[in-house]
Amino acid sequence: MSDQASAKVHKPGDEAVIKLTNVNKWYGKFHVLKDINLTIRKGERVVVCGPSGSGKSTMIRCINRLEEHQAGSIVVNGTELTNDVKAIEAIRRDVGMVFQSFNLFPHLTVLENLILAPTWVKKVPRKEAIDTAMYYLGRVKIPDQASKYPGQLSGGQQQRVAIARSLCMKPDIMLFDEPTSALDPEMIKEVLDVMSELAQEGMTMVCVTHEMGFARSVADTVVFMADGSVVEKNTPHELFSNPQEERTKKFLSQIIQHH
Amino acid sequence: MSTEYKPHPEDALSHVEEPATVYPVNPPTKSLDLLGWARSNLFGSIPNTILTLVALFLLVETLPPLINWAFISSVWSSATPDACRADGVGACWAVVQNKYRFILFGLYPYEEQWRPVVSTLLYIFAVAVSCNPRFWSRRLLVVWAVVVFGSGILMWGGILGLPYVENEKWGGLPLTLMLSVLGIALAFPLGILAALGRRSDLPVIRSVSVVYIELVRGVPLISVLFMASVMIPLFLPEGVTINKLLRAFIGIVLFTGAYIAEAVRGGLQALPRGQYEAADALGLGYWQKTRLIILPQAIRLVIPPLVNQFISMFKDTSLVFIVGLFDLLNTVKTALTDPLWRPYYVEAYVFTALIYFLFCYFMARYSQYLERHLNTGVRR
Ligand SMILES: Nc1ncnc2c1ncn2[C@@H]1O[C@H](COP(=O)(O)OP(=O)(O)OP(=O)(O)O)[C@@H](O)[C@H]1O
Ligand SMILES: [Mg+2]
Repeated sequence: MSDQASAKVHKPGDEAVIKLTNVNKWYGKFHVLKDINLTIRKGERVVVCGPSGSGKSTMIRCINRLEEHQAGSIVVNGTELTNDVKAIEAIRRDVGMVFQSFNLFPHLTVLENLILAPTWVKKVPRKEAIDTAMYYLGRVKIPDQASKYPGQLSGGQQQRVAIARSLCMKPDIMLFDEPTSALDPEMIKEVLDVMSELAQEGMTMVCVTHEMGFARSVADTVVFMADGSVVEKNTPHELFSNPQEERTKKFLSQIIQHH
Repeated sequence: MSTEYKPHPEDALSHVEEPATVYPVNPPTKSLDLLGWARSNLFGSIPNTILTLVALFLLVETLPPLINWAFISSVWSSATPDACRADGVGACWAVVQNKYRFILFGLYPYEEQWRPVVSTLLYIFAVAVSCNPRFWSRRLLVVWAVVVFGSGILMWGGILGLPYVENEKWGGLPLTLMLSVLGIALAFPLGILAALGRRSDLPVIRSVSVVYIELVRGVPLISVLFMASVMIPLFLPEGVTINKLLRAFIGIVLFTGAYIAEAVRGGLQALPRGQYEAADALGLGYWQKTRLIILPQAIRLVIPPLVNQFISMFKDTSLVFIVGLFDLLNTVKTALTDPLWRPYYVEAYVFTALIYFLFCYFMARYSQYLERHLNTGVRR
């Protein structure tokens, strides 16, 4: 329980940094996001959960426009997502993303992976970028792997490099799409540890995950999605111990059975 | 609270030191026994034994006569073909001795042929430097500019006291090398652009790329060369003419570019979507993403088909004879119009084939080297 207390030292502010209003999206005829309304405040740590195919990935990927929504509005850091490429690139500079499959650049060393975006996108001097990279490699506890290639690292190490790669851009917001789903149990823990630390520092985080323990100890808000809609949204304590909707209860009972 | 997130209890165990077991330091070495090797590799099974015997039989039947023809009873040097006419004489290499200047340099004025020699060496030097990954930087462009410009001055002349030699007189190995090296240097970027264009989101760019690639791929190189030499002048404003060497060159570049585009597109498609998304998510722009993330990986995936294309382009330059240029193959043909030496065409063609082979073999080996070199980090 002490874990839980320390993780939530930072209280989210009142300022909304991500605002989804009546967001709709279709894949062909398939209605994948239905009238999503969601406001995320500065410093808020949000866990998104729900059954497979409910549109969690699609929603989180709409936030940095890896997917395009077709109706409604998404405002990130005060900028609305439109077809303005420059505005999108500006938003992506401030929003980091961590993928289920890591997506490190296999032809570059770990260090090169880390300094690439800062030097090319933000034009940070190389020396400074390397210092930042080494700092974050230390933070994710693999400073000795800088000159290796991603293919030479374990899955857990690769995912921590991927987190460090995003952090090197000094983002305001971090998006995680099932960052631990491709990992073995021991590696899950090392990645969740890094994420918890990040959460403690007040980073705004949106995290799709099935790790309910993580949600309980770290999240301010849990969003439950099913069939393309946000079914329920509450503090982890309320949502897990006192779910209001039938759909939520059913999902939670299935999850608990499995753990 | 059963799902509470807390450290794994087993974690502590991983720090327990295990007692050190002593293992042999080196892997066991295979003994180098010739007989044992032959038994297992050549006569391991009945089909294997049959194959070995057949191969041995063919070697015994063909190799000795071949060696005899090429090296033992051959005529190496003679000013006239008389020596080659005697009975039992093998290869008449004297044809090469007498004709190599024409085969290598074509109609280029005899006394000035040191100029194509130097030009060729310049090109070989530039290629050699470019092949070494250690020298891959912007400065290479300077090297190439100097080489192209320098060899242009040498070949044309007309200044610095060098007599002027027009295009029509160029020929042989320097022409073949120039056409292919410069052809590759231009067709490669053209192909990359066409491949990217074909995957572009912009309909106009996509259609232009598709039309170019499919149109050029749909016709043989010979007709592209014909079209280039007949049609390009039609598009030019009146009074402007470009010579046939340049026209043929443009034809070759367009042709090879289309094939390279398809090879590169294969690599682009083979890249996982996650690579594009990761680059996008970091805020890289289109060209940054393409240059830093996508192309380095895509091209590495398609080195074999790319080099294949380069090799076949090198050989296909011989088709420029169709518009009246004297490339390496056409110079041999012309040299053999001399009735004295015509009977020894086999030897002359073997000599030319060896030159082609030398360059193609180099390309093949280099591609293997490059694959290994570039894969060091990626291989798991
Ligand atoms: N590119 C696409 N084209 C068509 N349908 C798609 C595409 N991507 C996703 N879908 C569909 O949209 C629905 C939502 O997908 P999404 O990946 O957002 O689900 P999810 O909640 O993240 O599921 P999971 O927990 O399995 O990752 C799924 O039914 C999926 O089949
Ligand atoms: Mg998903």
